[in-house]
Amino acid sequence: MVDPGWYMALAGALFLIGALGLLLRRNALVMFMCIELMLNAVNLTLISAGRALNDINGQVAVFFVLVVAAAEVVVGLAIIVAIFRLRASASVDELSELRG
Amino acid sequence: MAEAFIFVLMGLGALAGAVTVVVARNPVYSAIGLLGTLLSVAVLYVAQLAHLVAAVQIIVYAGAVLTLFLFVIMMIGVDEDQSRDETLPYQRWVVGGLAIVIVAFAAGITLFGDFEWVPAATATDPEATNGTVEAIAGPLFTDWVLAFEATALLLTIAAAGAIALAHYRRREA
Repeated sequence: MVDPGWYMALAGALFLIGALGLLLRRNALVMFMCIELMLNAVNLTLISAGRALNDINGQVAVFFVLVVAAAEVVVGLAIIVAIFRLRASASVDELSELRG
Repeated sequence: MAEAFIFVLMGLGALAGAVTVVVARNPVYSAIGLLGTLLSVAVLYVAQLAHLVAAVQIIVYAGAVLTLFLFVIMMIGVDEDQSRDETLPYQRWVVGGLAIVIVAFAAGITLFGDFEWVPAATATDPEATNGTVEAIAGPLFTDWVLAFEATALLLTIAAAGAIALAHYRRREA
């Protein structure tokens, strides 16, 4: 059996890559995919921790994260499409509607 | 031994997909990279006996979420020649520094800290975490039933919100 620490390290690397992408990219869609990446890294952590602790509740928690992620994608993509209708661009740099 | 082999293979696949998501110029390639990561992570779930979660991951994430992403990419259109100039001053340096700090912190804890990842890692019982449908449904509909109802409400609100956003028209001023 692979030590849970290795799974945690892999999840940490995935989370870090997702966070870097979120900070460096300017395309709203790609930033969204990076958020999905980070959510997946957390799910992997929950599953390996649950397995190491002999607790099925880790997998139940992943279930809820999945539902929240699905809801987030639905609303987020709807917002991106609505913004695109207004501005014809998916770059977050050009969004300054809320600037005072 | 078999699990170590699967871990290395799928871990590398997940990392390669993740890097593709961040680096690819074309959002379609990013979506394909994300698909690779999602499938690799699903295999890692199976390797850890989380069978139901792996199936849901493939159906919901690789099926529904990624299809939605591709729909929106096709709707918005793929603009290949996106400028990659950084507009915020020092952004790349700050991000790089942050990444180094985080990695050094994690490595420091792992290598030098008096810290166990999980206390009970020595005595795992494969039966206790065998994620069959029955095993997941037990706690889901007893201990977590309130959270389950809350997610039902959340999904309803999200669907209604998405429809409201899709119907949005700019008011004639």
